[in-house]
Amino acid sequence: MSEIHCIPTRNAYGEEILALGRDDPDVYVVDADIGKSCKTIPFAEALPGQYVNVGIAEQNACGVAAGLAACGKIPFVTTYAVFGSMRMCEQIRQEVCYPHLNVKIACSHGGLTPANDGASHQGIEDMGILRTLPNMTIVMGCDYWSTRRLVRAAARLDGPVYLRFTRDAVPAVYPESARFTIGRANMLRQGKDVTIIANGDVMSVALSAVDLLAADGVHAGLLDMHTIKPIDREAVLAAIAETGAIVTVEDHNIINGLGSAVSEIVAEEGGARLKRIGIRDHFGESAPYDRLLAKSGITSEAIAVACRTLMEAKKA
Amino acid sequence: MADRSKVKALRAQAKVVRKNVLTMIHTAQSGHPGGSLSAADMMTALYFSELSLRPEEPKWDGRDRFVLSKGHVCPVLYACLAMRGYFPMEALGTLRRESSILQGHPDMKRCPGIDISTGSLGQGLSVAAGMALRAKRDRLNYRVFALLGDGECDEGQVWEATETAAKYGLDNLVIIVDHNGLQNDGPCDAVMPTRDLAVKFEAFGCEAVTIDGHDMAKILDTLDQVRRSQSGKPHCIIMQTVKGKGVSFMENVVAWHGMAPNDEQYAQAIREVEAEPDE
Repeated sequence: MSEIHCIPTRNAYGEEILALGRDDPDVYVVDADIGKSCKTIPFAEALPGQYVNVGIAEQNACGVAAGLAACGKIPFVTTYAVFGSMRMCEQIRQEVCYPHLNVKIACSHGGLTPANDGASHQGIEDMGILRTLPNMTIVMGCDYWSTRRLVRAAARLDGPVYLRFTRDAVPAVYPESARFTIGRANMLRQGKDVTIIANGDVMSVALSAVDLLAADGVHAGLLDMHTIKPIDREAVLAAIAETGAIVTVEDHNIINGLGSAVSEIVAEEGGARLKRIGIRDHFGESAPYDRLLAKSGITSEAIAVACRTLMEAKKA
Repeated sequence: MADRSKVKALRAQAKVVRKNVLTMIHTAQSGHPGGSLSAADMMTALYFSELSLRPEEPKWDGRDRFVLSKGHVCPVLYACLAMRGYFPMEALGTLRRESSILQGHPDMKRCPGIDISTGSLGQGLSVAAGMALRAKRDRLNYRVFALLGDGECDEGQVWEATETAAKYGLDNLVIIVDHNGLQNDGPCDAVMPTRDLAVKFEAFGCEAVTIDGHDMAKILDTLDQVRRSQSGKPHCIIMQTVKGKGVSFMENVVAWHGMAPNDEQYAQAIREVEAEPDE
């Protein structure tokens, strides 16, 4: 993988939010003292009139953003996934989702990607928690370009959006020319035997699994479900019809994340078997990112095994 | 000093507000009379004198914003909005009914004149600070008024928001605390002592004053001083009030925080409010 394109998606956010702020004076950043880590300092320096830093007070950051949004601004509250989904959860519910205000919650340190920081800083429950709030849209890009495009798309969407980024570097998946629509999955690989539905930083792991399977003559499809809410129901229905075997892959607790969202459709519609690859309801720890994924069973080999198991089950 | 005839007119108006509050809660057989009545005099001063509003154009961008952070006392806000013509007076009879614009706590998407949905305590001041900051950044002259309860000041977010207002020099923000001394489970002193709220807000960077929240002349004078202040700081008005003010059997009784009067209690309450002198 190219070193140039193996970078944290928080960097992509920092670049795109600066570009957005320059394009639109209504775009604001509301920081809570981790702007350095979340890559918003260039925005703060270039656009001080569109920047607010409330200190280590995330709940207040959410409320201030709601007030700005109630007056026509497009604030991006920027923090870590654990704080953006849990410390300020009820503020998001009351002052953002219920009044359907145009506030974006932009969070670095998604999933296991702050690997060295350990469990306290690894937001593995965030998307699942916020998925239950009415009016919320939940998006995670998988690499540099998808993150830049999805951040821009979120700014154009009128309403609450939760955006999740990585603290650690992830490989490039998409070229600059790739197109993204919030709520519409991207087909990365066509396949007739089994469909892998993945999102976020583990996309490159899923791609490796596709290659492993291809070497054995198995044609696995791969969908990038960057938006888990509203989920692309049509894409899941197509996967049910085309392969009848779905493996979900996510850097998130398997409870209430991507795997759950896909399972809900499969359970209601029938016609497919499904396996979920993800963190099996346990906390992380300080360790290298690759080791944390391996300990959670999020490897290309494990994905390939899950695919083959489903294909066998289909035949039975 | 406030004009005597204006004070008299506003006192009379406050009686109508109180009667509407009682009628709404009696009709709904649900709601929060105690804190609505303690805030009624200030709310009357705001909605019939101080706030710059266009009821016929509720979303006018130049309007003063009002944030009812203690959202449970929305009957007093709904009464003021209806009396200012934001919606028909008949709507007051639909409080807490299915499909009503008058939800149990304020909903900005349903009810004209509501600048932000509230109901979960401790959050409104942050929103108000965001609104005031936007006025500063866009060089607009509107002001933002936030009404908080004293029990609400237990919430740490209130102090985070106050620090933010001070940091950004939000002298277009007026924080009003309805200090009636009672909260849901009992007296503030027993549940969680507030200590000296004016001293606390000053320590967090505000210009604070404590007044009698039922003295209409004092309320008007204080709002006048706040409007003319050149301190560059956010303003804080601590109102010493009586929960349930104007209805003898509700005054200073914790149980009337969130209880509706029966027919007999309602009739007596209306008689007592009407008997209150205008000056």
